[in-house]
Amino acid sequence: MIFFWAFVVGGLICVIGQIMFDVFKLTPAHTLTIFVIAGAVLDGLGLYEPLIDFAGAGATVPITSFGNSLVHGAMAEAEKHGLIGVITGIFEVTSAGISAAIIFGVIGALIFKSKG
Amino acid sequence: MLLGQRTWLFHNQPVIIATGTVGGPFEAQGNLKNDFDILHDDMWLKQKSFEKAQQLMLEEACQIALKKGQVQKEQINFLLSGDLINQITPTTFAAKTLEIPYFGLFNACAITTESLALSAFIINANGADYILSGTASHNAATERQFRYPTEYGGQKPPTAQWTVTGAGCGLIAKEGIGPVVTSATIGKVVDKGMTDPFNMGGAMAPAAVDTIIAHLKERNVDPSYYDLIITGDLGQIGREISLDLLQKKGINIHEEQYVDCGLTIYKKEQPVHSGASGTASSAVATYGHFVKLLNKGELNRILVVATGALHSPLSVQQKDSIPCIAHAVSIEMGSDSS
Repeated sequence: MIFFWAFVVGGLICVIGQIMFDVFKLTPAHTLTIFVIAGAVLDGLGLYEPLIDFAGAGATVPITSFGNSLVHGAMAEAEKHGLIGVITGIFEVTSAGISAAIIFGVIGALIFKSKG
Repeated sequence: MLLGQRTWLFHNQPVIIATGTVGGPFEAQGNLKNDFDILHDDMWLKQKSFEKAQQLMLEEACQIALKKGQVQKEQINFLLSGDLINQITPTTFAAKTLEIPYFGLFNACAITTESLALSAFIINANGADYILSGTASHNAATERQFRYPTEYGGQKPPTAQWTVTGAGCGLIAKEGIGPVVTSATIGKVVDKGMTDPFNMGGAMAPAAVDTIIAHLKERNVDPSYYDLIITGDLGQIGREISLDLLQKKGINIHEEQYVDCGLTIYKKEQPVHSGASGTASSAVATYGHFVKLLNKGELNRILVVATGALHSPLSVQQKDSIPCIAHAVSIEMGSDSS
């Protein structure tokens, strides 16, 4: 059943993105930013974790989960270290994603022509 | 001779004595593959950047036209050309290589007819013996300039068009054998307030209509005077809109007589959305395909109306509308045409 809900929820998030493109004529950059912020806000309201429990990868794969992770890391560190934790914690959970983007980007640039 | 407000009639019969056309790998799979002089199987043309590849295509197209016209580079008075990239640098670098006195033009995809109209005017006024007129565009260079780098993978809606990778060039001479440039009508900037850079055909259609109507009126001819009225890159959507507008204005153009370069270059099954675009769209189709048909006698009189969307990436970001233009040039066979 988790596969079904992952498919439905992940698909619905993509539908929202497609509507932003096609109906509201937003650029890919605008769409991406709105999703990250939406994920962050939802996590701030305590709504994104229940969504992940419900839909699994349907909620963790879309970019909204990046916003969720940003807030999650900040909140967790803030509990341990106070206000300074908000700063240090933002990239706590997301560091794997960011590092992966940099490392694979470098590998890609070394193998292919990165001048497109 | 000036007719009306903005139409030139060329009595001294500037003639297109030779042409050169170059295409890329995607164009090689298209409808006009047999009309190109050179087809490259590599988007890079072994160059370091797409812009350099575009520059090389223009150089090649010019060299081919010179060779076919049996004219030496030193005999060419002027090169009239431009492109879509920032400050038209690929064309400028090509002009540096060619060492021909150079007018750099920008009217986006209407450069083909802008340069041809001016070339014909200069030759008609005895201002030159030989002029090279043409332009090049490159799909990936243009995508980066106007939209996103190709590896970004941004989605395009069905109204979007596909920039032609290619170059087309005509060698215009005072005397010689070939189709004659008989008249030209210069377009006004027409802006109906469209803001979607992914629907340029729709934005450009009113500009094409304005110029076609002005041309027919000022030259005092019926649309049936021309075998074909050929727009540059209106694509499927722009063609339909412009045909509709023309009919509403009482201009009776038959559907089969009204063709678009953007719908001529690629095959239906090629994924180009609404059609081809780019400065090379009208250049390769006109100089590669339609001028050849004129030379073969399959066509007698054509009116080429290249259309250009004159926005910049900055003007789009600042939410400006898309100003558009179209210039019309008539090309005819036979010395008795006037």
